[in-house]
Amino acid sequence: MAANSDFLLTFQEFDSSESHLGGNGDATTISIEDTGAGSHKPQKQRRSAPVTSFEEDNDPLANDDKTELLSGQKRSAPFWTFEYYQRFFDVETHQVRERILGSLLPWPGKNFVHLYIRNNPDLYGPFWICATLVFVIAICGNISDFLVHLGQPQYKYVPEFRKVTIAATAIYSYAWLVPLALWGLLVWRNSKVMNTVSYSFLEMVCVYGYSLAVYIPAVVLWIIPHEAVRWFSIVVALCLSGSVLVLTFWPAVRDDRPRVVIAIMTAIVALHILLAFGCKAYFFSTLEAVVEPSHNGTKSSPTTGMHRTNTMS
Amino acid sequence: MAEVDELSKPMFAGLSDVSISGDIPVEGEINVPVGTPSHDDEYSTLDEPVKDTILRDLKAVGKKFVHVMYPKKSSTLLRDWDLWGPLLLCVTLALMLQGGSVDSKEDGGPQFAEVFVIIWFGSVIITLNSKLLGGTISFFQSLCVLGYCIMPLTVAMVVCRLVLLGGSGMVSFIVRLIVVTASFSWSTFASTAFLADSQPSNRKALVVYPVFLFYFVIGWMILTFSPSA
Repeated sequence: MAANSDFLLTFQEFDSSESHLGGNGDATTISIEDTGAGSHKPQKQRRSAPVTSFEEDNDPLANDDKTELLSGQKRSAPFWTFEYYQRFFDVETHQVRERILGSLLPWPGKNFVHLYIRNNPDLYGPFWICATLVFVIAICGNISDFLVHLGQPQYKYVPEFRKVTIAATAIYSYAWLVPLALWGLLVWRNSKVMNTVSYSFLEMVCVYGYSLAVYIPAVVLWIIPHEAVRWFSIVVALCLSGSVLVLTFWPAVRDDRPRVVIAIMTAIVALHILLAFGCKAYFFSTLEAVVEPSHNGTKSSPTTGMHRTNTMS
Repeated sequence: MAEVDELSKPMFAGLSDVSISGDIPVEGEINVPVGTPSHDDEYSTLDEPVKDTILRDLKAVGKKFVHVMYPKKSSTLLRDWDLWGPLLLCVTLALMLQGGSVDSKEDGGPQFAEVFVIIWFGSVIITLNSKLLGGTISFFQSLCVLGYCIMPLTVAMVVCRLVLLGGSGMVSFIVRLIVVTASFSWSTFASTAFLADSQPSNRKALVVYPVFLFYFVIGWMILTFSPSA
């Protein structure tokens, strides 16, 4: 601070140009004048040492996620600049790979957020996993449609691109609006009951995004027009991703009243089940839909034989 | 004070009294702009016949096509970016891909606008992604590269349509599958050769994967194209 005042005294006559330089938005000059922008330095240090230097430099902020949330931003880059969003993509290839593997294999002792995310939530994983899932659902639904209708000559193959937009809407709103609602709910509960663990909104988006990663191989398995395979894969996928979510959010709600805890947990699991079965029913519904037109078909293809066994009505 | 006045007023006049023992040679160059030739060039491109202007742009576009065909790590594609080639390829692909709206029964193939939006919106998203991950490539350069690398897929579309003229059975499907797979991997490889250099080495896979997904989706649209015969 003494150096700061000397600096001001020395350059007093150039006051106008100094403020002019400061107003240019150059990063180095801002860091000298602006006290809040001292955290620009840890932003640059973060690239070499991910966690520790950031926590040391931002002591009042690092330990309290709530003040991060309430202040709205961790650093002083305003939200309309590019740099503000760049810090959400501060991950490397091996980190993304570890996070995806960690979401595929949940373990009761390991908390996904504490182990893998560790104060560095990224938006790369959730966004591209959702994008991949959207296209995989649309493509695999199309393939399974084609395979089911393989034996019928009157079927005309149409690539249905409307379904891509519907899938995109469903999956992106699940992966981004549900964490928003859950975050709001937990913030409200935090104000009433002091919880030991609280997550920021981005960490919740991360957990939801990475938990959807296990659905990608499951959806690929749904191509096989065999009901048992589909049910098996959907149950396995639900268990894995559901347990990731449950294990992550259990420490955040367990200090609350039991009824609230049960309500929140069932809501999380129920929405997850709804997503999985909704996608399966809407995009892969061809087995039941095909039954009525081919009911009187006497073709001896194996698929129609299977349709007969599926008509339980 | 008077001395100061005497000294201050004719300050420069006193210099003429200073005698220099010898001539101090002054060295240097003085450039006298005579007629500003660069400006003449710019104005002269307005005067040249339209054929020359168009041919020059077409040659630039054609040179970039050749660069995509034989992807080497050259910076020509990046330095002189233009969006004519991507626009041409995108319009060609969308025209060839659009499903006949004759069958209004269910949704058919993609409409022209859908293909257009997918290609340009996808390119913008991938460019934003690579810039957010810290890439040094500029926005339009990346759009240029991604657009030009659609060319193998456009060639595959033309081949697929020709194959479909011959029939749409299993053999034609296998042929189309091979052609589309080859061109999709060629596109991904070509664009990776240009884009991956601008990324730090620990994030290359993070940048290449969206490009792979993008060309995969376009390849899928080409493969599943069925004529509305």
